[in-house]
Amino acid sequence: MTFESITDAQAEANLVTAEAKFQPNLAGRYRLDAIFKAATIAATTIAIAVLAWLMFDVLLSGVGSLDWSFLTSFPSRRPEQAGILSALVGTGWVMFLVAVFSFPIGVGSGLFLEEFSDDNWFARFIEINISNLAGVPSIIYGLLGLTAFVIILGDWTGGRSILTGALTLTLLILPIIIVATREALRAVPDSIRQAGYALGANSWQVIWSHTLPTAFPGILTGVILALSRAIGETAPLITIGALTFIPFLPEGPLDPFTVLPIQIYNWVSRPQKDFHDLAASGIIVLLVVLLVMNSFAIFLRSRFQKAR
Amino acid sequence: MSAETPSPKNVHLWQANYKSAKTLETIIRVLCGFFAVISIATTAGIIGTLVFETIEFFQEVPLWQFLTDTRWTPLFASKQFGIFVLMSATLLTSTIAISVAVPLGLLSAIFLSEYASTPMRKTLKPLLEVLAGIPSVVFGYFALLTVTPFLQEIFDFVRTPIPIPAWLDFLPFTQYYEPDFFLELPFPYLEGFNALSAGLVLGISITPLVASLSEDAIYSVPQGLRDGAYALGATKRETILAVVIPAALSGIVASIILAISRAVGETMIVTLAAGQNPNLGFNPFVPVMTMTAYIVQVSLGDTAVGTLPYKTIFAVGMTLFLMTLTLNIFSFWFVRRFRERYE
Repeated sequence: MTFESITDAQAEANLVTAEAKFQPNLAGRYRLDAIFKAATIAATTIAIAVLAWLMFDVLLSGVGSLDWSFLTSFPSRRPEQAGILSALVGTGWVMFLVAVFSFPIGVGSGLFLEEFSDDNWFARFIEINISNLAGVPSIIYGLLGLTAFVIILGDWTGGRSILTGALTLTLLILPIIIVATREALRAVPDSIRQAGYALGANSWQVIWSHTLPTAFPGILTGVILALSRAIGETAPLITIGALTFIPFLPEGPLDPFTVLPIQIYNWVSRPQKDFHDLAASGIIVLLVVLLVMNSFAIFLRSRFQKAR
Repeated sequence: MSAETPSPKNVHLWQANYKSAKTLETIIRVLCGFFAVISIATTAGIIGTLVFETIEFFQEVPLWQFLTDTRWTPLFASKQFGIFVLMSATLLTSTIAISVAVPLGLLSAIFLSEYASTPMRKTLKPLLEVLAGIPSVVFGYFALLTVTPFLQEIFDFVRTPIPIPAWLDFLPFTQYYEPDFFLELPFPYLEGFNALSAGLVLGISITPLVASLSEDAIYSVPQGLRDGAYALGATKRETILAVVIPAALSGIVASIILAISRAVGETMIVTLAAGQNPNLGFNPFVPVMTMTAYIVQVSLGDTAVGTLPYKTIFAVGMTLFLMTLTLNIFSFWFVRRFRERYE
């Protein structure tokens, strides 16, 4: 049936039925709209409220036992004497080494993928590999660290030592740093590189004098966020055999160690309430450290974004 | 160094040192290439370690026993190795977590991207990223010491026997009871360690991740698509559900799959709050032991290298690795297949 074959009367009738069928029902649809909007607001509020409840709860139970002696005492079987000194120092040692290892390796890999290599099979292989590594659960890195650094390289790393922990965490956060470095490098306008080449610089000279300084805030943000992930990691360090009770300070990178999250885990898993409060105090310390690092990263990023 | 400032008189002093610049560049290039190879070595190391120890494990324990046993008791005298016991616990906690994280995260993402004002979005978005970085041991503390007691109180309250007064004797069902009998609802008892609160808190812990990544995908849908829907008379909700969400689907699904793989591999929350009892089944009110919790339990004990219990953690790790790898590959495939490109 073609369009012309409809008589005027039929067309009129069609229009009437169509009008009868078409019901905008605006009131009903707007009511659904309001319900939907309320649901999205409720979901956001619930998510934030539960996380606020968590914070409030930790603060409430932890602030009582949080004092100077808590920061400067060794763990103890008597909760009133226990502190986090060895865990704090252990975390400091591990994070220092992780930063030293992961910064050059991560940024170097990012540079290689983004600046030095063409889009060949090798670069693509590394790329797929890195995005796969980012999805591997952290405890699997612990199993790798256990075999590679504790058992195979144990003579050099000192077994279940600070160095082993730092190497394991370095491998864990490398994908994050590499991805952040690449994003920061990609954000550098190509004209800057071409200006450098036009002046006769070779690729390393261009990178060192122009690309890296421009991308540096972005890279630094990524590195800080990656390090703050490493600070909170517990599972891989338990797997490589970090100790839970260290009543002394490590003197070098080959000594046994504990870190803040493991100390917290240890206190949470004890049955006495006093230790639970100590765990809450430890969590406050850990969260303050994280908050400082995160704020610094966000500050850097906002400065970086304004500059452009 | 003013003496060496180039000028017509001393321009001969300036020499392009091509050779050393070239050497330095080559050194740096090789060094960076070496650093990039470390990530391949990491993958090779992970797969090599897991495969090697798993083969050793299966030389002592046959595969069918690993797949068909109904108990998990490698540390006892009568050893049984039913991996499904641990897998059921992991599936249980992950399922609870996902059913919390997906609705909460997705709706929050829609709120942030479509409804929130710009200043609100600019405050909440970084907040989400900070929340996504809270260490899991903190959530473990919260699940075990706050949420479980809270849920226990609710469960106990629901289970509180309701007294049936004598004057209700005329009702048909009360004739079976003594006068002043108590009616008790058939509500379960919540143990101190349970999969429910571990799963719920695990869900809350991955919600910021789902919200943040989905928001990125939803926010990047071009405004033109929304305008087109409005021009056709769609309301805001209809636009979001029929146009924006389908357009952002690949990013949303990728964020959900990433969240599932986080939930499966998550360790501290389930170790602390779900317990250490290998129970086969899907009862969320009793203690269970996930795959990751088992690895932690063995690592904390004094297990000698090379013994059978030592090899089991690698067999469990291999199973975990294969599960997350499957999820990652599916995510890659889905994103490639369903990504909408807008120029």
